[in-house]
Amino acid sequence: MSAFPRAAELGLIGCHVCGLVISADMPDPDDAADELACPRCGSALHRRKPYSYMRTWALLIAAFLLYIPANVLPIMRTASLNDIDDNTIISGVVELWVKGSPDLAIIVFTASIVVPMLKFLSLGTLLLSSQRGSGWARPQRAKLYRLVEFIGYWSMLDVFVVALLTALVRFGLLSLVEPLPGVIFFGLTVVLTMLASMSFDPRLIWDGRDSDD
Amino acid sequence: MGTTPPEALLICEHCDTVYRRQPLAHGDVARCACCYAVLERHHGLSVNVMLALVLTAMIVFVQANMWPIVTLGLNGQLSGATLWGTIIVMWQQQAQVVAVLAAGTLFFFPLLKMSLLGWLLWFGRLGRRAPGFVPMMVTLHYLQPWTMSEVFVLGALVAIVKAHLYFDVMADPGIYAYAVLTLLITVFAGVDLRQLWELTPEDRA
Repeated sequence: MSAFPRAAELGLIGCHVCGLVISADMPDPDDAADELACPRCGSALHRRKPYSYMRTWALLIAAFLLYIPANVLPIMRTASLNDIDDNTIISGVVELWVKGSPDLAIIVFTASIVVPMLKFLSLGTLLLSSQRGSGWARPQRAKLYRLVEFIGYWSMLDVFVVALLTALVRFGLLSLVEPLPGVIFFGLTVVLTMLASMSFDPRLIWDGRDSDD
Repeated sequence: MGTTPPEALLICEHCDTVYRRQPLAHGDVARCACCYAVLERHHGLSVNVMLALVLTAMIVFVQANMWPIVTLGLNGQLSGATLWGTIIVMWQQQAQVVAVLAAGTLFFFPLLKMSLLGWLLWFGRLGRRAPGFVPMMVTLHYLQPWTMSEVFVLGALVAIVKAHLYFDVMADPGIYAYAVLTLLITVFAGVDLRQLWELTPEDRA
């Protein structure tokens, strides 16, 4: 038995939207709780985010599928008088590194490659371990989730870079930048991973605590 | 649970642990003893200060959107870009998804967030709940993760460095406005908007 009192055991529900604590005694927390609305903000009350595992898995897998074309397809075309150069995410990082801005190359590499991969691995780990009710490294997993939530939207960096360069480099035949389909896939990947981390309920990490430790 | 009323309680959103609320002194941060998530944070900003910051942010936001961000030069030819110029070009270049994402996360959502906050704080200053308080607070909650101006600033920096390899790059006033906006966003990042629920009495909804 854990030392900390948990809301579900005390018959309490916290509103996801406004944080109000409501006492709601329900014999079966899983289905009856869905009918309740928060008296303060009117949002639906849940003990856990509804269908958290299903939604998070679905969004995460969809995000991963889109992440493949986002990396394989070029995200940007640079055209000048005598050559056309298609850039993928990775070749953009390499270009920054080679042409003398290794610090920015690291930032872009982190935002575009490390952060999305970290999200796939972290959320996958969190989903699998929570679904098994594992008691392994709970505080660390809770921290990992907060990290994923915090860094998630910085991946949009490369999308904004391509957009700005497209708008800026408009010198007709001399020099022109165009967005290529990879950037669309990448933008969608970022949105889907954000939605995935939002639909995961970190409370699931701590559920089943009494049964196996 | 017995005698403690639910309003005096706090539930950790990350692990469902229940706490009795404690008054926080200046600079205090209440952390969950179970999962170490931040439960509540005391910040020194009064409603007046927050309103002043929101109004400042709105002025800077207008400037950041109207003024060009960067100008490139090639053989005497100049080419500048504003945020909306960027969005429109992306739309015309068959990247409508990106145009919509940028318009939402860099223009409409930040604008909506500032307007709602300004409205709520204006009435909060007078100790009242603004008309439309409840739906606005709910909207703000869902809007929270979808504003990305600070990411755009970093993106502009990367774009400048990349363009610098081939063109003459001139930073325009818009980029400075964006830098100030990022600072204001950082100041606001520590503010838990949920306190507005407690700040104003329930009966004036």
